[in-house]
Amino acid sequence: MTAQKDQSMTLQKEMIARHFERLEQAPATGEKVVYTFVPGNLTELILSFDALPVLPEINALQSGMRGKSREYIAEAEKAGHSEDVCTYVKCDLGMLRSGNIGPTGTRLPKPDLLLLSYTGCYTFMKWFELLREEYDCPIVFFHVPYQGEGEVTAAHREYMVKQLKERVIPALEQVTGKAYDEEKLRALLTKSRAAEDDLVSVLHAAKRKPSPLDAYFGAVYYVGPIFSSFRGTDEAVAYYKALKSEIDERSAAGLGPITPEGPLDDQRYRLVVEGPPNWTHFREFWKMFYEEKAVVVASTYSKVGGTYDLGFRHDPNDPLGTLADYCAGCYTNINLPGRVQILCDYIRDYSANGFVINSVKSCNSFSAGQLMILREVEKRTGVPGAFIESDLVDPRYFSAANIKNRLESYFQMIEARRESGAKRGSVGAQGASV
Amino acid sequence: MSAERGGSGRKPAGKVTGTKVGKEVACVIGVDLGSTTSKAVVLDLEGHVLGRGITNSRSSYDRAVEVARTEAFTAARFGILRRNVEAAAGAPALAKLLDAFRLQQHLFQLERLHDLIEREIAKLPGALAKPPVSAAVATIFERIAKEEETRFVERAARDLAGERSDFFRDAAGSAYIRIAEGLAPEVGLDFDLLVGLFDKCIIAVENAPIELGFVDHIEGALARLDNKPELRAGVEAAVGIRFVDTITIGTGYGRARLPFPKEQIRSEILCHGLGAHAMFPSTRTVLDIGGQDTKAIQVDAQGIVTSFQMNDRCAAGCGRYLGYIADEMNVGLHELGPLAEKSTRHVKINSTCTVFAGAELRERLSLGERREDILAGLHRAIMLRAMSLIARSGGVTDALTFTGGVAKNPAAVHALRDLVTESYGARTINISPESIYTGALGAALFGQRLATA
Repeated sequence: MTAQKDQSMTLQKEMIARHFERLEQAPATGEKVVYTFVPGNLTELILSFDALPVLPEINALQSGMRGKSREYIAEAEKAGHSEDVCTYVKCDLGMLRSGNIGPTGTRLPKPDLLLLSYTGCYTFMKWFELLREEYDCPIVFFHVPYQGEGEVTAAHREYMVKQLKERVIPALEQVTGKAYDEEKLRALLTKSRAAEDDLVSVLHAAKRKPSPLDAYFGAVYYVGPIFSSFRGTDEAVAYYKALKSEIDERSAAGLGPITPEGPLDDQRYRLVVEGPPNWTHFREFWKMFYEEKAVVVASTYSKVGGTYDLGFRHDPNDPLGTLADYCAGCYTNINLPGRVQILCDYIRDYSANGFVINSVKSCNSFSAGQLMILREVEKRTGVPGAFIESDLVDPRYFSAANIKNRLESYFQMIEARRESGAKRGSVGAQGASV
Repeated sequence: MSAERGGSGRKPAGKVTGTKVGKEVACVIGVDLGSTTSKAVVLDLEGHVLGRGITNSRSSYDRAVEVARTEAFTAARFGILRRNVEAAAGAPALAKLLDAFRLQQHLFQLERLHDLIEREIAKLPGALAKPPVSAAVATIFERIAKEEETRFVERAARDLAGERSDFFRDAAGSAYIRIAEGLAPEVGLDFDLLVGLFDKCIIAVENAPIELGFVDHIEGALARLDNKPELRAGVEAAVGIRFVDTITIGTGYGRARLPFPKEQIRSEILCHGLGAHAMFPSTRTVLDIGGQDTKAIQVDAQGIVTSFQMNDRCAAGCGRYLGYIADEMNVGLHELGPLAEKSTRHVKINSTCTVFAGAELRERLSLGERREDILAGLHRAIMLRAMSLIARSGGVTDALTFTGGVAKNPAAVHALRDLVTESYGARTINISPESIYTGALGAALFGQRLATA
């Protein structure tokens, strides 16, 4: 079992390393490079042109985890970006200005195309405008309508497919010098689907007690390949197959997930988490949960690159329509009532007894409305919520004492409410004073 | 383990040793290690408060806990003393005995501070003439002690409460500096040298093993009251009581430093909720403004927390902010609220950032605004910040209890009342004179539950 656990991790590490090596070699090999964002990434389409995707948010979060974001952000602030600008943006710009060395220690190539598949975040547009200034390269803008009314309409879909045909595909053709090959795209989408099935099976395994995985701190690793450059590849299919069999095995054995300090089999709290994690203190943050015996059974952040667990699968029979549906369905493109519903469903379906919002300073796409979400979810489910504040990759916004205090208080509150529910006694009255 | 003195096991000094072993009283202790002050509350197993103690949180939390506990047990013994002898000896005599006890404690610490400073003088560079420094320091301590003695004699029992800061550091420090300032030019010594000696030694006095308990100083206190027989009998009985602490629960900013198992550490949010409920059972919302954080807490009819919000990593608008403003305006922290209450004009202060507020304050002053009005605006600004946390936690649906050090500030209370009424209509706002002990009380009540479970 340990060997199998190692297998999926090793697989992921190897595929990422290979990808970054290819990226480093791209200027020499002539492979074309397309920068794009995680929510609404058109990886299969990019791969169908034999181009290599680069995901700047992933590079930024990796910089955060590797302890590099502080200096990168400082670099960007030196260049004139204010403290209030999204720290992913500043981390990326700082990395660029510091030699553009990526997460595996290799140099990142310049983009041949910036593919702005906007989904739910206006900052993405400004981010790529800034990169266009730096690189002087073409940019193609793919507009994804917000699900303001809570659904993707036929008109939305048509509008998106039209953009793919008239703007995105021609731009890719021009940059790569290759013609659009729909059969190739279908083949890639078929593989995406297989990987997606396995990922969903893994995520659903958290319904078991004990949960064999942590659906936040563990899942951010699990979604890595499918959210970045690998959807539609054989490597991704193999990775998710291996991951699924590991999780199945833990599940069958009644085991919990492995934390940095060993297995978490004794699970006192089953939590649903909304919002991205903090990357600069990822381990310290995780520890605040597992040392309280809290396991995350479902999270929304692990759906920013696709809400597969809600039923979506890439459909090879409708290649462009399915890409449109995919982009419109990413978590940050869902309106507030939709997010409330997803959270309430998670709490019910995963038998959660707690609900935590990590509100990050950088990301208004996530944070705006979170207190409303908290109150509404509490009201509908009766499960108390906790609210903590941090940031994505700016270590200055992670106050360990403050976050720990809130989480400890939250867990003790759940405990006190359990006890008080069990025994409705009253507190001893005050007596004589001194 | 000795309940009163964290296990030092030292035999008490003095003649009053409680020769007759009195009854045992089982008790639980709650300690709240705040960023500014540390508090302890002792309860009996029925949940009655036996004593409360407070001290400033110093560099050593362990010592702060010890002092706060000792103070709480001293208060507990004075409470027993009161029940035993108040009828016979009279309330003024008891109050005077407590004052005498405080004087004994104070003189004892002064002596210790003097000793330490003497040792520091010996270490001064050779070129410096040491005897004049020693003589000057001796004069300072003589004068402080004399002032204390005079104050004790002249002060009527009815004036005793809340006259000056409770903490040795503050009381001794202000007297030392005032006297040194006058003396230094007279004797041709550098004022900074004298103050430097104080600064160097005060921490050591605060962190030294303490002997500040009831039995340590009650004998000296009795002697100052001519050993009145009606008091002595009560004192003997109070000393004879043996407190047996069954459990101590820790809370507050420094709680993680306590060498307690996990179940004996409670979040201050839960403790404030339960403490406020115990003080005012109608409480449904608690606002706690402490030294470096602000919390808005909702509780149910049993005092169980149902929701809470607290400030993020920035502590703007907390107790320390007011401390900074007091320094900036050159007034004492306790003068700030009363001064603001004299305001006649509404001034809007925009910044609750401690750094910016200083600048805004100076700017307003230079524009000719009155200090009182600026201060009132400032109190309103910090309470607005608290109101946002209250709203986030679920608002004020019923009685609100205001706790923490800032609840002592009348201008803060005034601003809170106005804002609560504006946002939620007429609501009961409870403030206990003992509000600073709310967290420690809640912790002790959790202890009582564990001890009697």
